[in-house]
Amino acid sequence: MNLQAWRTQHQSESLHGYNFAFLDDSAKKEIRRSLLKAVAIPGYQVPFSSQEMPVARGWGTGGLQITLSLILPEDILKVIDQGCDDSVNAVNIKKFVAKVAEVNSTTDTQAATLIQTRHRIPEEPMSEGQILVLQVPYPEALREVEPSELETRRMHAEGDYARMWLYLYEDIVRYGEISISYRYPVTVNDHYIMDPSPIPRWDVPKLHMSEHLSLFGAGREKRIYAIPPYTRVEPLEFEDHKFRIEQFPVACSRCGSCNSYLDEIISDVDGSRQYFCSDTDYCDKRCA
Amino acid sequence: MAYVAVKGGRQAIENACDLLSYQLQKGTSKPLGLDQIEEQLYLGIDRIMSEAGLYAPKLAALALKQAAGDSFEASFMLRAYRATKSRLSHSQPLAMDKMRVIRRISAAFKEIPGGQILGPTSDYTLRLLDFDLLEDSESRRQAFREKLLSHLDPEVELPDSFPKVVEILRRDGLLVEKSTMEKESKPFDITRQSLTYPASRSATLQSLSRGETGGMLTLAYSSMRGYGNVHPFIGELRVGYVPLVVAHPETGEPYTVGEVKVTEAEAVAQYHDGTEDGPAKFTLGYGLCFGQNELKAISMAILDRTMRNEEGKSPVEDQEFVLSHIDGIEAMGFCNHWKLPHYVDFQSSLDRLRRTQKVGEPQESEL
Amino acid sequence: MEALLKARRLSKIFGPGCSLCNESTGPDFDTNVCPHCHSVVACNAVDFDLYPGEVLGIVGESGSGKSTLIKLAHFEWSATDGEMTLHRSGLPAALAELLADKADQYTCNLFGLSQFQQRQVRNALMGIVYQNPLLGLRMNVSSGGNIAERLLGAGWRHIGKMCDRASELLEKTEIPISRMDEPPKNFSGGMQQRVQIAKALSNNPLLLLLDEVTTGLDLSVQARVLDLIRSLQREFQLSMLVVSHDLGVINLLCNRTMVMKHGRVVESGLTDQILQDPQHGYTQLLVASQL
Repeated sequence: MNLQAWRTQHQSESLHGYNFAFLDDSAKKEIRRSLLKAVAIPGYQVPFSSQEMPVARGWGTGGLQITLSLILPEDILKVIDQGCDDSVNAVNIKKFVAKVAEVNSTTDTQAATLIQTRHRIPEEPMSEGQILVLQVPYPEALREVEPSELETRRMHAEGDYARMWLYLYEDIVRYGEISISYRYPVTVNDHYIMDPSPIPRWDVPKLHMSEHLSLFGAGREKRIYAIPPYTRVEPLEFEDHKFRIEQFPVACSRCGSCNSYLDEIISDVDGSRQYFCSDTDYCDKRCA
Repeated sequence: MAYVAVKGGRQAIENACDLLSYQLQKGTSKPLGLDQIEEQLYLGIDRIMSEAGLYAPKLAALALKQAAGDSFEASFMLRAYRATKSRLSHSQPLAMDKMRVIRRISAAFKEIPGGQILGPTSDYTLRLLDFDLLEDSESRRQAFREKLLSHLDPEVELPDSFPKVVEILRRDGLLVEKSTMEKESKPFDITRQSLTYPASRSATLQSLSRGETGGMLTLAYSSMRGYGNVHPFIGELRVGYVPLVVAHPETGEPYTVGEVKVTEAEAVAQYHDGTEDGPAKFTLGYGLCFGQNELKAISMAILDRTMRNEEGKSPVEDQEFVLSHIDGIEAMGFCNHWKLPHYVDFQSSLDRLRRTQKVGEPQESEL
Repeated sequence: MEALLKARRLSKIFGPGCSLCNESTGPDFDTNVCPHCHSVVACNAVDFDLYPGEVLGIVGESGSGKSTLIKLAHFEWSATDGEMTLHRSGLPAALAELLADKADQYTCNLFGLSQFQQRQVRNALMGIVYQNPLLGLRMNVSSGGNIAERLLGAGWRHIGKMCDRASELLEKTEIPISRMDEPPKNFSGGMQQRVQIAKALSNNPLLLLLDEVTTGLDLSVQARVLDLIRSLQREFQLSMLVVSHDLGVINLLCNRTMVMKHGRVVESGLTDQILQDPQHGYTQLLVASQL
């Protein structure tokens, strides 16, 4: 085919030349199969083929593939990045999904049926029937103590977690505190140790016995895992050294919330510090 | 309200995208034609096709143009495009001895059956900037072509097939037999399955073949310098066009559907000890990639061999290490992702650090 | 008294193995390599019992299969054949239940367990000290942490209690408590062995495995480590399996001894008897050359 003909054909098709929700049906099927397996074995990392997306690896391709394999025309989508609906990654992904699946989107946590998120869980509790899709850069919670994938898979299979616990023990002996801040490892359903994605400690308790379904996608590392509704999710902690969430010295400067995760902002006028809700939808609702 | 800042991000993003387009179009030179890119920057095209894992010169040219010459971005676009295409068929194994050779050398033997064919390569050029190219023109090119072609004897024909150099070694019992290599009933498909370790040989070769040239060169170079050296010889390096044969979906009849330009490298390396199966023999490292990319094919052959060293201590002898780090598209995406906001995570780290500072300074003896 | 541990027909073959392996290797053929299939018969059909509080020695030269037995018992290698069972009376209730085999006094064959279960058994019941401290210790983790790792593996989750236990054990093994937060890489060879011993004892093991623990140490350091092991054995009534090529070590520690050559037990009995009145030609040679 000559170039001119090719160009005409492809231009006229535009994005309508792609399948609904971009992925071809066999790719969706494979992802959904992996999701089912992940739900059946909470916290277990299921390998999946992970297609290349037109979004770069590391920019939420795992979460995006889950979203695209699940989304239906009647879904209402919310996408957040660092708690914010309007941040770069969220805008990118929302734009793409809107283009290929033509679904309605919202910023309202309660109204959304499907929420894709990077590094935060919304402050407002989610309920049964809602799905939270988390973008994951490092699916392997044990990677900090063991670089080899072959070895970490063995450790999970045998429940050989002493080294992970030792890492925390040494932290406490050395610093008096566990140094892990975000990506705090959790035990799921009394079995697998799991990386909850780079959410802050603040969000970890929200995963425990939650009403909604949480799905985790790591595109670059090609892994999917899940926490079904009403599943035990416990941060690794010691009897005499309990897990603690972040503390903030003040309330949100905008909505006055004392019960939300805050971003610390350094004013460009006088260099003073102020704190604002990281979850912008939550903050907006309180101000409305 | 100082912050709430991130609001309005959407508009800023749109503007950034527009600026990128503007950057590409603001100059006064003529727009680059895809045919120009394909013909005159063909090595760039070859590299993109190989790293994308899609043989499509025109699309590669389009990607390179759109990416303003960034080969990482271009390979990425091409691979993402490939991912949306359904799989119609598998080709039959390539018959490498049927290659329409444009270049073929052996560094192991001076004389090889069929002869050494140097072909188009920059290997023997002086790397001097050619200032004549400042005055490049169609008539200048025309004159060069006429002069060159007038010297050629149109009667001389290349043979249809060149024997493989490594087969000579194999015939003499100096090279491991094919049969001692790992046999797989059905090749792994890295575009459909995620790699698990230890990776099968088909998965290994596919991953290498899609790897990023620079990354593979770096790793192979570390081996050449002594970190897990296998002392390779280039048994044979070929560049040329091989016919692509596909079986008819109903009749099973083989049909040639076209040809692909590839580079193939066979590195004869360090022998393994004799075993009960027989005496010591040379081993083979294999490299194959789309287009003419000799550095990549040779690097691949070396890595293919180093990864089979048992109990090696060097990075290149660790299959998981090599295969998890050579994909340029994955590496580039992840490196770029650090530019995304990490406010929440950084806030959490700040909280940890402040709390730890309160507990007390770490003691010297504990570090 | 009933045996704490029973091992029957323990065999380990490296290589493809063939029907002629067993009948063509061993001390009578002066090799453990099968001439037919080139497999290495590391040990073949070894039986032994270990009684509570007893120290059983396994002596032989390199390649005799003595370390293979330790690796099989510690589930580091999987046995080609054979079984190993434990008396259920000494086990924690949960584990005794898990490992039950009908109405038997003994557990099921531990070699038949999954790797997950074997790890549980190992964490709860076994301790091991290797010749090479690199195998038993994390050289960059504090000595206290090394001990805690075993406790963590056995399910301990209280930092204070683990620290207490670690300092108690380091005291017992004569490591100054002030050095508890130092990593073993800062220590001498003898000290590293003592940290390994402390680590191995941390979970109050039912069974302690010692693999050439003093090989490579200076003579005076050897004596100190052996003394320590002997006094700990008496204090805790430890049941131990001791592998050594050194009859001096065996003589000092072991009640009973098995002599191995080319993967077979050539002689076994009370240690005194074996040393004073060796029966097998190989044992005689060993005794004559070393004592």
